[in-house]
Amino acid sequence: MTEASNPIAAPLEDVARRHIPGATGIDALKRLSGGASQEIWSFDAVTPSGAVPLILRRAPGGFRDAGRSGTAVPLETEARLIRLAEEVGVPVPPVRHVLTEEDGIGQGFIMDRVPGETLARKILRDEEFAGARPKLARQCGEILARLHTVEKSKLPPLRTATGRDEVEQYFTTYKQLDYPHPVFELAFRWLRDNAPQTTELTLVHGDFRNGNLMIGPDGVRAVLDWEIAHVGDPMADLSWICINPWRFGNIDMPVGGFGTREDLFAGYEAAGGGKVDPARVKFWEVLGTLKWGVMCMGMASAFLQGDRSVERATIGRRSSETEVDLMRLLAPLTGKE
Amino acid sequence: MQDQPSAIDLIGAVSEFIRNHAMPQLKGHTAFHALVAANALDIVKRELEIGPKAGDEELSRLKSLLGKDGSLDALNRELCAKIENGDMTLDTPGLREHLWATTLTKLAIDQPKYSGYRRALEEAGAGK
Repeated sequence: MTEASNPIAAPLEDVARRHIPGATGIDALKRLSGGASQEIWSFDAVTPSGAVPLILRRAPGGFRDAGRSGTAVPLETEARLIRLAEEVGVPVPPVRHVLTEEDGIGQGFIMDRVPGETLARKILRDEEFAGARPKLARQCGEILARLHTVEKSKLPPLRTATGRDEVEQYFTTYKQLDYPHPVFELAFRWLRDNAPQTTELTLVHGDFRNGNLMIGPDGVRAVLDWEIAHVGDPMADLSWICINPWRFGNIDMPVGGFGTREDLFAGYEAAGGGKVDPARVKFWEVLGTLKWGVMCMGMASAFLQGDRSVERATIGRRSSETEVDLMRLLAPLTGKE
Repeated sequence: MQDQPSAIDLIGAVSEFIRNHAMPQLKGHTAFHALVAANALDIVKRELEIGPKAGDEELSRLKSLLGKDGSLDALNRELCAKIENGDMTLDTPGLREHLWATTLTKLAIDQPKYSGYRRALEEAGAGK
Protein backbone atom coordinates (compact mmCIF):
# COMPACT_ATOMS: atom_id res chain seq x y z
CA MET A 1 0.00 0.00 0.00
CA THR A 2 1.44 3.39 -0.92
CA GLU A 3 1.50 6.15 1.61
CA ALA A 4 -0.82 8.37 -0.42
CA SER A 5 -3.60 5.78 -0.53
CA ASN A 6 -3.12 4.65 3.04
CA PRO A 7 -6.31 5.43 4.96
CA ILE A 8 -4.54 5.78 8.29
CA ALA A 9 -1.96 8.29 7.03
CA ALA A 10 -4.16 11.41 7.38
CA PRO A 11 -5.69 10.62 10.80
CA LEU A 12 -2.29 9.47 12.11
CA GLU A 13 -0.83 12.81 11.01
CA ASP A 14 -3.48 14.60 13.09
CA VAL A 15 -2.70 12.38 16.08
CA ALA A 16 1.01 13.13 15.74
CA ARG A 17 0.36 16.91 15.56
CA ARG A 18 -1.74 16.78 18.71
CA HIS A 19 0.39 14.43 20.81
CA ILE A 20 4.03 14.50 19.65
CA PRO A 21 5.62 17.79 20.75
CA GLY A 22 6.63 19.94 17.80
CA ALA A 23 5.25 17.55 15.16
CA THR A 24 4.14 19.22 11.93
CA GLY A 25 3.41 16.00 10.04
CA ILE A 26 4.49 12.41 9.49
CA ASP A 27 6.78 10.67 7.04
CA ALA A 28 7.99 7.18 6.01
CA LEU A 29 4.84 5.38 7.13
CA LYS A 30 5.07 1.63 6.50
CA ARG A 31 3.54 -1.57 7.81
CA LEU A 32 6.11 -3.76 9.54
CA SER A 33 4.24 -6.95 10.24
CA GLY A 34 1.11 -8.67 9.16
CA GLY A 35 0.47 -10.48 12.41
CA ALA A 36 -3.05 -11.76 12.97
CA SER A 37 -3.25 -10.28 16.42
CA GLN A 38 -1.70 -6.88 15.85
CA GLU A 39 -0.66 -4.35 13.24
CA ILE A 40 2.73 -2.72 13.66
CA TRP A 41 3.44 0.47 11.72
CA SER A 42 6.69 2.39 11.54
CA PHE A 43 6.67 6.15 10.89
CA ASP A 44 8.52 9.37 11.68
CA ALA A 45 7.01 12.46 13.23
CA VAL A 46 8.40 15.47 11.38
CA THR A 47 9.50 18.22 13.79
CA PRO A 48 11.61 21.38 13.36
CA SER A 49 14.42 19.67 15.27
CA GLY A 50 14.34 16.54 13.08
CA ALA A 51 12.52 13.26 12.58
CA VAL A 52 11.22 11.43 15.67
CA PRO A 53 11.20 7.67 14.96
CA LEU A 54 7.95 6.08 16.16
CA ILE A 55 5.94 2.85 16.14
CA LEU A 56 2.16 2.47 16.09
CA ARG A 57 0.81 -0.77 17.51
CA ARG A 58 -2.80 -1.12 16.53
CA ALA A 59 -5.58 -3.70 16.64
CA PRO A 60 -6.10 -5.28 13.20
CA GLY A 61 -8.06 -2.83 11.08
CA GLY A 62 -8.31 -0.67 14.19
CA PHE A 63 -11.11 -2.81 15.60
CA ARG A 64 -11.22 -3.46 19.27
CA ASP A 65 -9.57 -6.79 20.06
CA ALA A 66 -10.26 -8.18 16.59
CA GLY A 67 -8.25 -11.32 16.02
CA ARG A 68 -6.58 -11.25 19.42
CA SER A 69 -6.15 -14.60 21.08
CA GLY A 70 -7.79 -15.39 24.41
CA THR A 71 -4.54 -14.84 26.29
CA ALA A 72 -3.63 -11.48 24.72
CA VAL A 73 -4.22 -8.35 26.79
CA PRO A 74 -5.96 -5.28 25.33
CA LEU A 75 -3.58 -2.75 23.79
CA GLU A 76 -4.38 -0.16 26.50
CA THR A 77 -3.25 -2.72 29.08
CA GLU A 78 -0.09 -3.37 27.11
CA ALA A 79 0.70 0.36 27.11
CA ARG A 80 0.03 0.54 30.86
CA LEU A 81 2.37 -2.43 31.52
CA ILE A 82 5.14 -0.86 29.46
CA ARG A 83 4.85 2.31 31.56
CA LEU A 84 4.89 0.32 34.82
CA ALA A 85 7.92 -1.66 33.65
CA GLU A 86 9.68 1.59 32.75
CA GLU A 87 9.09 2.89 36.29
CA VAL A 88 11.01 -0.06 37.79
CA GLY A 89 13.92 0.30 35.36
CA VAL A 90 13.07 -2.23 32.65
CA PRO A 91 14.32 -0.97 29.27
CA VAL A 92 11.23 -0.41 27.13
CA PRO A 93 10.19 1.79 24.21
CA PRO A 94 8.62 4.83 25.92
CA VAL A 95 4.87 5.06 25.22
CA ARG A 96 4.09 8.47 23.64
CA HIS A 97 0.31 8.26 23.32
CA VAL A 98 -2.51 5.78 23.85
CA LEU A 99 -5.13 6.16 21.12
CA THR A 100 -8.53 7.46 22.13
CA GLU A 101 -11.86 7.42 20.33
CA GLU A 102 -11.42 10.98 19.08
CA ASP A 103 -8.18 9.95 17.30
CA GLY A 104 -10.34 7.94 14.90
CA ILE A 105 -7.87 5.18 14.06
CA GLY A 106 -9.05 2.51 16.45
CA GLN A 107 -7.38 0.92 19.42
CA GLY A 108 -3.63 1.04 19.97
CA PHE A 109 -0.74 3.19 21.08
CA ILE A 110 2.30 5.06 19.79
CA MET A 111 5.75 4.39 21.19
CA ASP A 112 9.34 5.26 20.37
CA ARG A 113 11.06 3.21 17.66
CA VAL A 114 14.15 1.95 19.46
CA PRO A 115 17.02 1.23 17.05
CA GLY A 116 18.59 -2.22 17.17
CA GLU A 117 18.14 -5.80 16.08
CA THR A 118 15.61 -8.48 17.07
CA LEU A 119 16.62 -11.24 14.64
CA ALA A 120 18.40 -14.04 16.51
CA ARG A 121 20.45 -15.07 13.48
CA LYS A 122 22.07 -11.65 13.37
CA ILE A 123 22.41 -11.19 17.13
CA LEU A 124 24.07 -14.60 17.51
CA ARG A 125 26.39 -14.40 14.48
CA ASP A 126 27.12 -10.79 13.43
CA GLU A 127 30.37 -9.13 14.46
CA GLU A 128 28.41 -6.01 15.44
CA PHE A 129 27.01 -7.85 18.48
CA ALA A 130 30.20 -9.73 19.46
CA GLY A 131 30.82 -7.36 22.36
CA ALA A 132 27.23 -7.53 23.59
CA ARG A 133 26.76 -11.31 23.49
CA PRO A 134 28.73 -12.22 26.64
CA LYS A 135 26.75 -9.61 28.63
CA LEU A 136 23.24 -10.47 27.45
CA ALA A 137 22.39 -13.38 29.78
CA ARG A 138 23.25 -11.40 32.90
CA GLN A 139 21.36 -8.35 31.58
CA CYS A 140 18.32 -10.54 30.92
CA GLY A 141 18.48 -11.76 34.53
CA GLU A 142 18.70 -8.20 35.85
CA ILE A 143 15.83 -7.03 33.65
CA LEU A 144 13.58 -9.91 34.71
CA ALA A 145 14.38 -9.26 38.38
CA ARG A 146 13.13 -5.67 37.99
CA LEU A 147 10.15 -6.68 35.89
CA HIS A 148 9.04 -9.07 38.62
CA THR A 149 9.09 -6.30 41.23
CA VAL A 150 6.24 -4.29 39.65
CA GLU A 151 3.78 -3.80 42.51
CA LYS A 152 0.75 -5.99 42.01
CA SER A 153 -1.58 -3.32 43.38
CA LYS A 154 -0.63 -1.08 40.43
CA LEU A 155 -1.36 -3.70 37.76
CA PRO A 156 -4.31 -3.39 35.38
CA PRO A 157 -6.67 -6.39 35.31
CA LEU A 158 -4.68 -9.43 34.09
CA ARG A 159 -5.32 -13.16 33.99
CA THR A 160 -3.55 -15.27 36.59
CA ALA A 161 -1.99 -18.54 35.45
CA THR A 162 -0.05 -20.86 37.75
CA GLY A 163 2.03 -23.72 36.39
CA ARG A 164 -0.80 -26.10 37.10
CA ASP A 165 -3.28 -23.84 35.22
CA GLU A 166 -1.04 -23.71 32.16
CA VAL A 167 -0.50 -27.49 32.13
CA GLU A 168 -4.27 -28.03 32.08
CA GLN A 169 -4.83 -25.30 29.49
CA TYR A 170 -2.33 -26.87 27.07
CA PHE A 171 -3.54 -30.39 27.85
CA THR A 172 -7.05 -29.34 26.75
CA THR A 173 -5.66 -27.86 23.53
CA TYR A 174 -3.59 -31.01 22.92
CA LYS A 175 -6.62 -33.26 23.40
CA GLN A 176 -8.71 -31.09 21.06
CA LEU A 177 -6.07 -31.46 18.33
CA ASP A 178 -6.64 -35.24 18.62
CA TYR A 179 -3.42 -36.77 17.35
CA PRO A 180 -1.44 -39.22 19.49
CA HIS A 181 1.95 -38.04 20.83
CA PRO A 182 3.21 -40.51 23.45
CA VAL A 183 6.14 -38.21 24.31
CA PHE A 184 3.76 -35.31 24.97
CA GLU A 185 1.69 -37.59 27.24
CA LEU A 186 4.85 -38.44 29.15
CA ALA A 187 5.61 -34.73 29.52
CA PHE A 188 2.06 -33.85 30.64
CA ARG A 189 2.20 -36.66 33.19
CA TRP A 190 5.57 -35.46 34.47
CA LEU A 191 4.31 -31.87 34.69
CA ARG A 192 1.24 -32.92 36.68
CA ASP A 193 3.42 -34.94 39.04
CA ASN A 194 5.97 -32.15 39.41
CA ALA A 195 3.85 -28.99 39.38
CA PRO A 196 5.32 -26.57 41.93
CA GLN A 197 3.33 -25.30 44.85
CA THR A 198 3.50 -21.72 43.73
CA THR A 199 4.07 -19.49 46.70
CA GLU A 200 4.72 -16.19 45.00
CA LEU A 201 3.06 -14.82 41.91
CA THR A 202 4.30 -11.72 40.11
CA LEU A 203 3.86 -9.87 36.86
CA VAL A 204 5.25 -12.21 34.17
CA HIS A 205 6.13 -10.98 30.67
CA GLY A 206 5.17 -14.35 29.20
CA ASP A 207 7.15 -14.17 25.94
CA PHE A 208 10.61 -13.03 27.03
CA ARG A 209 12.93 -14.43 24.31
CA ASN A 210 14.92 -13.74 21.15
CA GLY A 211 12.69 -11.84 18.77
CA ASN A 212 11.07 -9.80 21.52
CA LEU A 213 14.29 -8.20 22.74
CA MET A 214 15.64 -5.16 20.91
CA ILE A 215 19.42 -5.55 21.07
CA GLY A 216 22.21 -3.16 20.15
CA PRO A 217 26.00 -3.42 20.31
CA ASP A 218 25.66 -2.22 23.92
CA GLY A 219 23.20 -4.94 24.96
CA VAL A 220 19.45 -5.14 25.60
CA ARG A 221 17.81 -1.84 24.68
CA ALA A 222 14.13 -2.70 25.00
CA VAL A 223 11.75 -5.49 25.98
CA LEU A 224 8.96 -5.67 23.39
CA ASP A 225 5.63 -7.46 22.87
CA TRP A 226 3.84 -7.41 26.19
CA GLU A 227 0.64 -8.84 24.79
CA ILE A 228 0.61 -12.11 26.75
CA ALA A 229 1.79 -10.64 30.05
CA HIS A 230 -0.06 -12.03 33.06
CA VAL A 231 0.31 -12.80 36.74
CA GLY A 232 2.21 -16.04 37.26
CA ASP A 233 5.34 -17.80 38.52
CA PRO A 234 8.36 -15.54 37.92
CA MET A 235 10.45 -18.65 37.14
CA ALA A 236 8.40 -19.01 33.92
CA ASP A 237 10.20 -15.98 32.41
CA LEU A 238 13.64 -17.35 33.36
CA SER A 239 12.86 -20.67 31.64
CA TRP A 240 11.10 -19.61 28.43
CA ILE A 241 14.23 -17.92 27.03
CA CYS A 242 16.14 -21.18 27.69
CA ILE A 243 14.06 -23.63 25.63
CA ASN A 244 16.05 -25.12 22.79
CA PRO A 245 14.13 -23.54 19.86
CA TRP A 246 15.21 -20.06 21.07
CA ARG A 247 18.88 -21.10 21.04
CA PHE A 248 18.84 -21.19 17.23
CA GLY A 249 21.35 -24.03 17.02
CA ASN A 250 23.69 -22.81 19.81
CA ILE A 251 22.62 -25.69 22.01
CA ASP A 252 25.38 -25.18 24.59
CA MET A 253 24.32 -21.58 25.25
CA PRO A 254 21.02 -22.24 26.99
CA VAL A 255 20.00 -18.60 27.40
CA GLY A 256 18.79 -17.57 23.95
CA GLY A 257 21.82 -19.14 22.27
CA PHE A 258 24.04 -16.39 23.74
CA GLY A 259 24.65 -17.15 27.42
CA THR A 260 24.69 -19.44 30.42
CA ARG A 261 22.05 -20.11 33.04
CA GLU A 262 24.67 -19.22 35.67
CA ASP A 263 24.94 -15.68 34.29
CA LEU A 264 21.16 -15.35 33.94
CA PHE A 265 20.53 -16.49 37.52
CA ALA A 266 23.42 -14.45 38.95
CA GLY A 267 22.04 -11.32 37.28
CA TYR A 268 18.56 -12.14 38.55
CA GLU A 269 19.61 -12.65 42.15
CA ALA A 270 22.02 -9.69 42.19
CA ALA A 271 19.28 -7.32 40.96
CA GLY A 272 16.93 -8.35 43.76
CA GLY A 273 14.94 -11.02 41.96
CA GLY A 274 14.98 -13.45 44.84
CA LYS A 275 16.45 -16.92 44.97
CA VAL A 276 16.23 -18.93 41.74
CA ASP A 277 14.61 -22.34 42.28
CA PRO A 278 16.23 -24.82 39.81
CA ALA A 279 13.40 -27.37 40.20
CA ARG A 280 10.80 -24.76 39.22
CA VAL A 281 12.99 -23.56 36.36
CA LYS A 282 13.14 -27.12 35.03
CA PHE A 283 9.36 -27.50 35.39
CA TRP A 284 8.88 -24.38 33.27
CA GLU A 285 11.48 -25.45 30.72
CA VAL A 286 9.61 -28.74 30.20
CA LEU A 287 6.30 -26.88 30.02
CA GLY A 288 7.70 -24.24 27.65
CA THR A 289 9.08 -26.92 25.32
CA LEU A 290 5.77 -28.78 25.38
CA LYS A 291 3.83 -25.54 24.72
CA TRP A 292 5.83 -24.95 21.54
CA GLY A 293 5.20 -28.59 20.54
CA VAL A 294 1.44 -28.18 20.98
CA MET A 295 1.57 -24.90 19.02
CA CYS A 296 3.26 -26.81 16.15
CA MET A 297 0.42 -29.37 16.27
CA GLY A 298 -1.98 -26.43 15.98
CA MET A 299 -0.23 -25.35 12.77
CA ALA A 300 -0.72 -28.85 11.32
CA SER A 301 -4.37 -28.71 12.31
CA ALA A 302 -4.88 -25.27 10.69
CA PHE A 303 -3.27 -26.63 7.51
CA LEU A 304 -5.55 -29.66 7.45
CA GLN A 305 -8.57 -27.44 7.99
CA GLY A 306 -7.91 -25.57 4.77
CA ASP A 307 -5.11 -23.06 5.31
CA ARG A 308 -2.90 -24.34 2.50
CA SER A 309 0.28 -22.50 3.53
CA VAL A 310 3.30 -24.74 2.97
CA GLU A 311 5.08 -22.85 5.72
CA ARG A 312 2.35 -23.73 8.22
CA ALA A 313 2.41 -27.34 7.05
CA THR A 314 6.15 -27.67 7.63
CA ILE A 315 5.90 -26.02 11.07
CA GLY A 316 3.45 -28.82 11.86
CA ARG A 317 6.29 -31.24 11.26
CA ARG A 318 8.39 -29.43 13.85
CA SER A 319 6.56 -30.85 16.86
CA SER A 320 9.03 -33.76 16.65
CA GLU A 321 11.82 -31.27 17.46
CA THR A 322 10.16 -30.56 20.78
CA GLU A 323 9.81 -34.31 21.37
CA VAL A 324 13.56 -34.84 21.19
CA ASP A 325 14.05 -31.85 23.51
CA LEU A 326 11.51 -33.30 25.96
CA MET A 327 13.14 -36.74 25.84
CA ARG A 328 16.52 -35.15 26.58
CA LEU A 329 14.97 -33.36 29.57
CA LEU A 330 12.91 -36.26 30.95
CA ALA A 331 14.67 -39.45 29.84
CA PRO A 332 18.28 -38.38 29.23
CA LEU A 333 20.56 -40.83 27.44
CA THR A 334 23.48 -39.73 29.57
CA GLY A 335 23.58 -39.39 33.35
CA LYS A 336 23.30 -35.61 33.35
CA GLU A 337 20.15 -33.64 32.78
CA MET B 1 5.87 -52.03 -10.42
CA GLN B 2 6.27 -48.49 -11.74
CA ASP B 3 8.95 -47.55 -14.20
CA GLN B 4 12.04 -45.58 -13.37
CA PRO B 5 12.80 -43.00 -12.03
CA SER B 6 11.49 -43.86 -8.57
CA ALA B 7 9.29 -41.52 -6.52
CA ILE B 8 12.30 -40.74 -4.34
CA ASP B 9 14.40 -39.76 -7.39
CA LEU B 10 11.58 -37.64 -8.85
CA ILE B 11 11.12 -35.71 -5.62
CA GLY B 12 14.86 -35.22 -5.30
CA ALA B 13 14.97 -33.73 -8.79
CA VAL B 14 12.07 -31.34 -8.13
CA SER B 15 13.61 -30.24 -4.82
CA GLU B 16 16.93 -29.54 -6.57
CA PHE B 17 15.15 -27.64 -9.34
CA ILE B 18 13.38 -25.38 -6.84
CA ARG B 19 16.49 -24.77 -4.76
CA ASN B 20 19.09 -24.34 -7.52
CA HIS B 21 17.14 -22.95 -10.47
CA ALA B 22 13.76 -21.46 -9.49
CA MET B 23 14.64 -19.88 -6.14
CA PRO B 24 17.54 -17.71 -7.38
CA GLN B 25 15.10 -16.04 -9.83
CA LEU B 26 12.58 -15.22 -7.09
CA LYS B 27 12.49 -12.36 -4.60
CA GLY B 28 11.46 -11.67 -1.00
CA HIS B 29 8.60 -13.71 0.42
CA THR B 30 8.23 -15.85 -2.70
CA ALA B 31 11.91 -16.87 -2.55
CA PHE B 32 11.50 -17.73 1.13
CA HIS B 33 8.40 -19.81 0.46
CA ALA B 34 10.17 -21.61 -2.40
CA LEU B 35 12.85 -22.67 0.08
CA VAL B 36 10.15 -23.84 2.50
CA ALA B 37 8.58 -25.84 -0.34
CA ALA B 38 11.93 -27.47 -1.18
CA ASN B 39 12.39 -28.35 2.50
CA ALA B 40 8.91 -29.92 2.53
CA LEU B 41 9.85 -32.08 -0.47
CA ASP B 42 13.01 -33.16 1.34
CA ILE B 43 10.85 -34.34 4.26
CA VAL B 44 8.73 -36.38 1.85
CA LYS B 45 11.86 -37.86 0.24
CA ARG B 46 13.30 -38.90 3.61
CA GLU B 47 9.95 -40.31 4.68
CA LEU B 48 9.82 -42.46 1.52
CA GLU B 49 13.35 -43.67 2.22
CA ILE B 50 13.13 -44.26 5.97
CA GLY B 51 9.42 -44.45 6.79
CA PRO B 52 8.31 -47.93 5.65
CA LYS B 53 10.95 -49.90 7.57
CA ALA B 54 10.79 -47.56 10.59
CA GLY B 55 7.00 -47.84 10.65
CA ASP B 56 7.20 -51.63 10.69
CA GLU B 57 9.70 -51.52 13.54
CA GLU B 58 7.57 -49.05 15.52
CA LEU B 59 4.51 -51.25 15.07
CA SER B 60 6.35 -54.35 16.21
CA ARG B 61 7.65 -52.52 19.33
CA LEU B 62 4.14 -51.26 20.11
CA LYS B 63 2.66 -54.76 19.76
CA SER B 64 5.22 -56.17 22.13
CA LEU B 65 4.88 -53.28 24.65
CA LEU B 66 1.07 -53.47 24.69
CA GLY B 67 0.75 -57.22 24.11
CA LYS B 68 -1.83 -56.86 21.36
CA ASP B 69 -2.35 -56.33 17.65
CA GLY B 70 -3.61 -53.17 15.94
CA SER B 71 -2.78 -50.31 13.58
CA LEU B 72 -0.02 -47.76 14.26
CA ASP B 73 -2.69 -45.15 15.00
CA ALA B 74 -4.73 -47.38 17.32
CA LEU B 75 -1.73 -48.68 19.26
CA ASN B 76 -0.23 -45.18 19.60
CA ARG B 77 -3.54 -43.95 21.01
CA GLU B 78 -3.58 -46.84 23.45
CA LEU B 79 -0.01 -46.13 24.51
CA CYS B 80 -0.97 -42.48 25.06
CA ALA B 81 -3.86 -43.52 27.32
CA LYS B 82 -1.62 -45.82 29.36
CA ILE B 83 0.99 -43.10 29.86
CA GLU B 84 -1.70 -40.54 30.72
CA ASN B 85 -3.28 -42.68 33.43
CA GLY B 86 0.06 -43.83 34.82
CA ASP B 87 -0.19 -47.50 33.80
CA MET B 88 3.07 -47.12 31.90
CA THR B 89 6.02 -45.03 33.06
CA LEU B 90 9.68 -44.64 32.13
CA ASP B 91 10.28 -47.58 34.50
CA THR B 92 8.08 -49.86 32.35
CA PRO B 93 10.50 -52.23 30.57
CA GLY B 94 10.93 -51.17 26.95
CA LEU B 95 9.04 -47.86 27.09
CA ARG B 96 12.07 -45.59 27.32
CA GLU B 97 13.79 -47.45 24.46
CA HIS B 98 10.63 -47.35 22.35
CA LEU B 99 10.09 -43.61 22.84
CA TRP B 100 13.71 -42.86 22.04
CA ALA B 101 13.75 -45.03 18.90
CA THR B 102 10.48 -43.52 17.66
CA THR B 103 11.57 -39.95 18.40
CA LEU B 104 14.95 -40.33 16.68
CA THR B 105 13.24 -41.78 13.59
CA LYS B 106 10.78 -38.89 13.44
CA LEU B 107 13.66 -36.41 13.55
CA ALA B 108 15.66 -38.36 10.93
CA ILE B 109 12.71 -37.68 8.61
CA ASP B 110 11.47 -34.25 9.74
CA GLN B 111 14.60 -32.33 10.63
CA PRO B 112 17.92 -34.22 10.73
CA LYS B 113 19.83 -30.96 11.21
CA TYR B 114 18.01 -30.01 14.45
CA SER B 115 20.51 -29.30 17.24
CA GLY B 116 18.63 -31.38 19.83
CA TYR B 117 18.60 -34.38 17.47
CA ARG B 118 22.32 -34.07 16.66
CA ARG B 119 23.12 -33.90 20.35
CA ALA B 120 20.87 -36.88 21.15
CA LEU B 121 22.67 -38.92 18.49
CA GLU B 122 26.00 -38.08 20.09
CA GLU B 123 24.64 -38.99 23.50
CA ALA B 124 23.28 -42.29 22.14
CA GLY B 125 26.78 -43.16 20.92
CA ALA B 126 26.98 -41.50 17.51
CA GLY B 127 23.72 -43.01 16.33
CA LYS B 128 24.53 -46.57 17.49
